[in-house]
Amino acid sequence: MTDPVLEIRGLRVDYGLGDQAVRAVRDVDLTLHRGEVLGLAGESGSGKSTLAYGLTRLLPPPGVVSGGQVIYHPVDGPPVDVLSLTPAQLRRFRWAETSIVFQGAMNSLNPVHKVATQLLDVIRAHEPKSTPAARLARARELLRLVGIAADRLDSHPHQLSGGMRQRVMIAMALALEPQVVIMDEPTTALDVVMQRQILGQLAELRERLGFAVLFITHDLSLLVEFSDRIAIMYGGRIIEQAPAGQLYRDALHPYTEGLLHSFPALHGPRRELTGIPGSPPDLRAMPSGCAFHPRCPKAFDPCDETLPPLGPPGDGRPDRTVACWLHPVATPR
Amino acid sequence: MTLSESAAAPAGEVVLEAVGLTKHFPVRRRLRDLFSRTPAVVHAVDDVSFALRRGQVTALVGESGSGKSTVARLLAQLYPRTAGDLRLHGAPTRVRGGRRFRAYVRQVQLILQDPFASLNPVHTVRYHLTRSLRIHGNAGRSAEDLEKALADLLARVSLTPAERYLDAFPHELSGGQRQRVAIARALGADPEVLLADEPVSMLDVSIRLGVLNLLQDLKNRLNLAILYITHDIASARYFADETIVMYAGRMVEGGDSETVTQHPAHPYTRLLTESAPDPERITGDGAGAARADRGRGEPPSLINPPAGCRFHPRCPHAMRRCTTDLPPRLTIDDRPGHWAACWLYDPATVAADAPGSAAPDADPAVPPPPALAERAGDTAPLEEAR
Repeated sequence: MTDPVLEIRGLRVDYGLGDQAVRAVRDVDLTLHRGEVLGLAGESGSGKSTLAYGLTRLLPPPGVVSGGQVIYHPVDGPPVDVLSLTPAQLRRFRWAETSIVFQGAMNSLNPVHKVATQLLDVIRAHEPKSTPAARLARARELLRLVGIAADRLDSHPHQLSGGMRQRVMIAMALALEPQVVIMDEPTTALDVVMQRQILGQLAELRERLGFAVLFITHDLSLLVEFSDRIAIMYGGRIIEQAPAGQLYRDALHPYTEGLLHSFPALHGPRRELTGIPGSPPDLRAMPSGCAFHPRCPKAFDPCDETLPPLGPPGDGRPDRTVACWLHPVATPR
Repeated sequence: MTLSESAAAPAGEVVLEAVGLTKHFPVRRRLRDLFSRTPAVVHAVDDVSFALRRGQVTALVGESGSGKSTVARLLAQLYPRTAGDLRLHGAPTRVRGGRRFRAYVRQVQLILQDPFASLNPVHTVRYHLTRSLRIHGNAGRSAEDLEKALADLLARVSLTPAERYLDAFPHELSGGQRQRVAIARALGADPEVLLADEPVSMLDVSIRLGVLNLLQDLKNRLNLAILYITHDIASARYFADETIVMYAGRMVEGGDSETVTQHPAHPYTRLLTESAPDPERITGDGAGAARADRGRGEPPSLINPPAGCRFHPRCPHAMRRCTTDLPPRLTIDDRPGHWAACWLYDPATVAADAPGSAAPDADPAVPPPPALAERAGDTAPLEEAR
């Protein structure tokens, strides 16, 4: 495995302050390695989008990062803590080093400006010394990169289809050749055919440009196919993390297993599926112990009392971690 | 009056039938259009025919913009249709509102995609369900009857104990519970047909199956005919007995769900099944994604749909005839009831085109078009299902 590019250590995000605060993300440790696709899956309300906004410091109030560190490792130079950057440093860091593709491309593009204006704006803001001709050439190149004809630069967003708009967003995210691209449900609003086209293109681009992707979605079946490693979030915590293949074939946490059994398979034998009983936890009144225990079919004594720590399971697979009493951590960290 | 637990009619009886259903939406005219003969229309749905049977789920699969939701609204008679017919128990129906619309709605109920929008936020669950029961005459005579009917309804959608949910407001319920209330409201009419327009797309993955299993259970217990509209072909395989694939307002393939999903015949259905996320294809580098790359392009404009087969501009096997003639439903011999609207399954057409040029990729899971297989000399299995 290559060196890390983004390390999240003990990140905590609250909505509100004091006793009223809703703890949306709790003590999350996550490492994104250079050039890998890390999938982050979970139900709505599990804190996956909050985590993404927290680590890029895009949280709108009343969201507050109440603890932890986000260490970014530039290609050359010492590591920096994103959470302690000054506004001026942050402005340089954002988009040039980390960019985000949001869920609704329909809403992320300005409807009254041409695609060209919006793309050129990004480049001009970060490379003020470039000439207009160079910027235009770069914008054309970016569109070609994501498979859109360069003459589309003169279109307004409403003249593009949903898939094209999402591709323009991806082009924009890649404009400054960032090391990390965070994708928050980038294809949820799209059809499966378009989704596959875009993901295929993204995989190709990653191969060529070597950026790392934090891919956030609730569609685990998509992640298994597309990402290198997968982390599962539940109730604001990471509960399991493993290479995609291992996670799919041999899920340790009962929640992961439940998620995997929530998708009807297109191939293979037809089986009775159950889903996960119950509903996601209320973040204002989290269950004691393991947050999943009220819905867990395998819950036993310690589950409702003590929180299981996240760590490598006892039976010696160092590249994965799980937080479940069924698989106690061998050597607590 | 209590709701009937199971209808007396046998399963498999056709309840609602669409025959050549067509819907064109007018487009705002510009000045220059005034001089043209034909007004511009969006061909949202063209010539759609299928039957909903008692105790069976029929899935309608397609991309957004394929016209599948328009079909649901046509079946619910929320839109007047441009052409074609709807037959309820064999009798043609055309209702425009008023008493006849209510009588129709009593038998055909629609469940919408977004339970966050389809329940009124200022009213309780009790209000929603009572209204449905009252309007359709199932509320009984006394307050006790009503209370019992309400408890019955909630029990049917597994929201128990009823007291906990009856006086709750929609915002107090989770998405899955809200969708269950929406289903209970539809059941309040004691319908024979449920039209479910993407009933689980807005729900979290972990609770989707719960709602699908509930619908399945209701189908079995109440002997309902269900139209399940979805863009997720894998869930159609799981949930539906019969699957129909729509593309750009037309039906392109149909048959029992297992056949359509496992042995897709129409090139578009193949594209759809190849594009669906499949964890079995663990690659981690998106190599699987590149495979379906041949499905480039986008659905056509429905104002000027392509002549002939509407899929031909994107089709890897397009022949000359595809660009001019509309393919009829051609039966495919692998399973009874399997058909595709594709010229590949018409031996005469394939023979007329350059031989071999239309050969699909060698994929053992897909039955070869008959013209390319050993049946080349046979008579054309042409059957126009109109």
